Amino acid sequence: MIKQPLWPQLKRYLLLHIDPVLMLALSLLLVTGLIVLFSATDASWGRVMAQAGNITVALFCMWLVANIPLHYLMRTALPMYVFGMVLLIGVALFGEVSHGARRWLNIGVATIQPSELMKIAVPLMMARYFEKNEATLTLKNYFFAALLLLLPVALIARQPDLGTAVLISASGFYVLFLAGLSWRVMGALFVAALASAPVLWSMLHDYQKHRIMMLLDPSQDALGKGYHTIQGMIAVGSGGFLGKGFLNGTQTHLDFLPERTTDFIFAVFSEEFGLLGNLILLGMFIFIIGRGFVITANASTYFTRLMAGSVTLTFFTYAFVNMGMVSGILPVVGVPLPLVSYGGTSMVTLLLGFGMLMSIHTHKTLVQT
Amino acid sequence: MKRRVELKNNQREIYYFRLRLALSIGFVLVLLFLLLSRFIYLQIIKHAHYQTLAENNRISVVPIVPNRGLILDRNGVILAHNYSGYTLEITPSKMTDLDSTIDQLAQLIDIQIKDRKRFKKLLAESHNFESLPIRNQLTDDEVARFAAQSYRFPGVEVKARLFREYPYNEKTSHLIGYIGRINDTDIQQLEDDDSASNYRGSDYIGKTGLEQSYESELHGTTGVQQMEVDAGGRGVRVLSHTPPVSGNTLVLSLDAKLQEIADNAFGNYRGALVAIDPNNGEVLAFISRPGYDPNLFIDGIDEDSWTELNNSPDVPLNNRALRGQYPMGSTIKPFMALAGLYYGKRAPSYTISDPGYYALAGSSHHYRDWKKEGHGMVDMFKSIVVSCDTYYYGLAVELGIDNMYNFLSQFGFGKLTGIDLEGETSGLMPSQEWKMKRYKQKWYAGDTVSAGIGQGYDLTTPMQLAFATAILANNGIGYRPHLVRQIRHGDSNDTVVPEVKPEFNLNLNPEHVALIKSAMVAVTQPGGTAAQASAGAPYSIAGKTGTAQVVGIKQGEKYNASQLSERNRDHAWFIAFAPADKPKIAMAVLVENGGHGGAVAAPIARKLMDYYLLGKVPPPVVPPANAHSGVVATEVAQPEPEHD
Repeated sequence: MIKQPLWPQLKRYLLLHIDPVLMLALSLLLVTGLIVLFSATDASWGRVMAQAGNITVALFCMWLVANIPLHYLMRTALPMYVFGMVLLIGVALFGEVSHGARRWLNIGVATIQPSELMKIAVPLMMARYFEKNEATLTLKNYFFAALLLLLPVALIARQPDLGTAVLISASGFYVLFLAGLSWRVMGALFVAALASAPVLWSMLHDYQKHRIMMLLDPSQDALGKGYHTIQGMIAVGSGGFLGKGFLNGTQTHLDFLPERTTDFIFAVFSEEFGLLGNLILLGMFIFIIGRGFVITANASTYFTRLMAGSVTLTFFTYAFVNMGMVSGILPVVGVPLPLVSYGGTSMVTLLLGFGMLMSIHTHKTLVQT
Repeated sequence: MKRRVELKNNQREIYYFRLRLALSIGFVLVLLFLLLSRFIYLQIIKHAHYQTLAENNRISVVPIVPNRGLILDRNGVILAHNYSGYTLEITPSKMTDLDSTIDQLAQLIDIQIKDRKRFKKLLAESHNFESLPIRNQLTDDEVARFAAQSYRFPGVEVKARLFREYPYNEKTSHLIGYIGRINDTDIQQLEDDDSASNYRGSDYIGKTGLEQSYESELHGTTGVQQMEVDAGGRGVRVLSHTPPVSGNTLVLSLDAKLQEIADNAFGNYRGALVAIDPNNGEVLAFISRPGYDPNLFIDGIDEDSWTELNNSPDVPLNNRALRGQYPMGSTIKPFMALAGLYYGKRAPSYTISDPGYYALAGSSHHYRDWKKEGHGMVDMFKSIVVSCDTYYYGLAVELGIDNMYNFLSQFGFGKLTGIDLEGETSGLMPSQEWKMKRYKQKWYAGDTVSAGIGQGYDLTTPMQLAFATAILANNGIGYRPHLVRQIRHGDSNDTVVPEVKPEFNLNLNPEHVALIKSAMVAVTQPGGTAAQASAGAPYSIAGKTGTAQVVGIKQGEKYNASQLSERNRDHAWFIAFAPADKPKIAMAVLVENGGHGGAVAAPIARKLMDYYLLGKVPPPVVPPANAHSGVVATEVAQPEPEHD
């Protein structure tokens, strides 16, 4: 046995499953997020430190997942999915109402939001289902997979939590798409969706309808529902090319921006750093998404390919929906800017996804050897 | 078939997967491009637009209301001033349940029924987005109690502001007037005057009296502060600041002490008094009784007080001095005598024999003298001293109404005096033309007869009669009567003294004037109608008593004060100036239902003169228990035949 110095060995062991490229891209975005958060909280350290704590926990979770080979994780898909569904039904029956929505479940020691769990569990379950039936895929399998997706989405949309419902739908759809759902079926679904739009519209809550109407003309209710959109657009637009400078955003620091540490943090960034800052931020997102695509393309199994693709595209969806709603091209749905917005749960969920990506990438070679 | 599916082609599968992945990447790129376009649109193309919106968002222009100017008397005594205090204000638009909020507030702070009523009235008149006071002049204790509980009352706040106060209360109410909250009519007026911008942030405006007439001087110039505000509208920091300019201070010609003495001298009588310095038109005292408490009006008067003031038979809100129109009565006689001299209708020595009545040629109707048995032989001098009616019946007929009109109008009868108070009425000096216009009737000789003793169509305000008396005192030279003597700049104390120059000179014959004045002096001497009131004065007083009838006395009936109800008794007049040879003060005194001028009105004039000329302060009068007893006392004091 060759004696080696302990630390480098330990370090190599610890970092074995961390993808350095992805890690670099994530770090850049996380640090940017902390800087913007500092401004969004009017230069106070409290929330920044709390968010740093969230990031630390989330990074640990990511490291943990990165070290688990994906086929172990695959085995947890069914129990996790079933558990999540039970919790969702529990929420629908006994959930706590907060801000007019029934999203939280009190399990004695803490209140949890089962929809967050489903962000991982749904694509995992669907990818596992396709993996299992890989050899004999027929249209029937796609329908069943779609059912696996629609059940939790329907429950979450009913809470109501449109943002999470959209994100989970997207992640599930990506799995279906990458699994090779035929164009004809997708076309048929698209037509069906258009046809059922009036029915869906009638099922939406009033406030959701309002938000969509506001997108069409935010000024009609400038102090009510349109306020978020208008103030967000003013913040982005007044930022100009170079921005107003760090800590100098008037929309931010004079309280005109609502929810500026969470859903509208992009408006803070955009106001203070301008179009140039937006380009750099978009660059960071492209960097992360690009690396995700590389990992997806090189994934060795059907399951890991679906999973990696779904995680990457869902991450993109997060970013697009958030920036789209702040800049006024999408309705205001509660979707945070991934890795930037304040909040522990979404941070953990997102980095868990990246942990899976890293695991997929680093365990591939081990599987082959 | 089934076998073919089972034997999967790994290579082909990866190819298809990568195709779909490539499509996904394309999808991602298209959406990213969409976002980028949106950013360019917002941040480059529409940047200027959003820049403006952001600026408008954050900058608010806050008006700074100037301090209202003070009103001082000629010696610097404060007649209207401001003091700082706290109000509790409610913004009704922020309330869901106004009444329950007020109920809860009432548990903390003393809110009376009348406060609620007044608030309701303000609410009805106001626009919903302004804050309205529910309680004024909170005590420190109340402010502290509310501050501790203020979180329970969004939309309710304690505001520190300046309050207007009139220390002389009802004694100067008709003169100073009052300010009140700006209403729709005021807003319209301000917009018409193009001064609405100067009233941004102002809640009050002068409503009556000097507060109204000198509004433009008193208000001052509103300052402007550009504030950076947050979304809640709270100021964060000041970007620019233009300080307000305080309203100008009015220094009046009024003598507050004289005003107070005059007001007290009326006792419980209603009436009016105007005293003028004949040498420059300065108004020294200006009384209209009863007065009212102007402080009630500032923040909107409560319903009960308003009803009480409006329905009182004493009509305290009526400015008698400025707007009350009364027959001149015998005070017209000195002016009539001047007219007779001027038109050559009477020589001073021309004497009539007074049988106690006058009859027009060819008529049996008797125009009675106040003295049934007549005054005997009466020349011009005596006609004034004893106030002989018969003398003036004849004179009037000989002069004719149009000559009377032409001559008396010169003294300001039937015209506005031009005093610097709004709302003056012009009285009435009749003429043939006027009667034709007004009644479509020709003028009858009988009309002229009663006009000769001031009991015809003629009407005068106390203000007008005081003005005419001042002109006479100053030998026909007229100064526009005015209350404001100096205007002091609100902040710098620069003083503007409006130019005082004679407005006109009637070019009266000095001999005529001397005769009339000497007769008026004799009025206040033993044998004259105002002898009692003037007894013992170390200066000479020129005066003339008068009586204005409230109800007509039928032919053959005798006026008997004790048989008439108090409100039907005659109004008492007294005009006077002193010292007679070099007048410093001229005045007209009206005592409503006072009966005889010499007995009731002249003693009031005497008290003013004693103070103004000698500095003598009358001993404090113990006010009689009620108005009625006051009247009884004068009745007893009144010797029976001393009626004019």
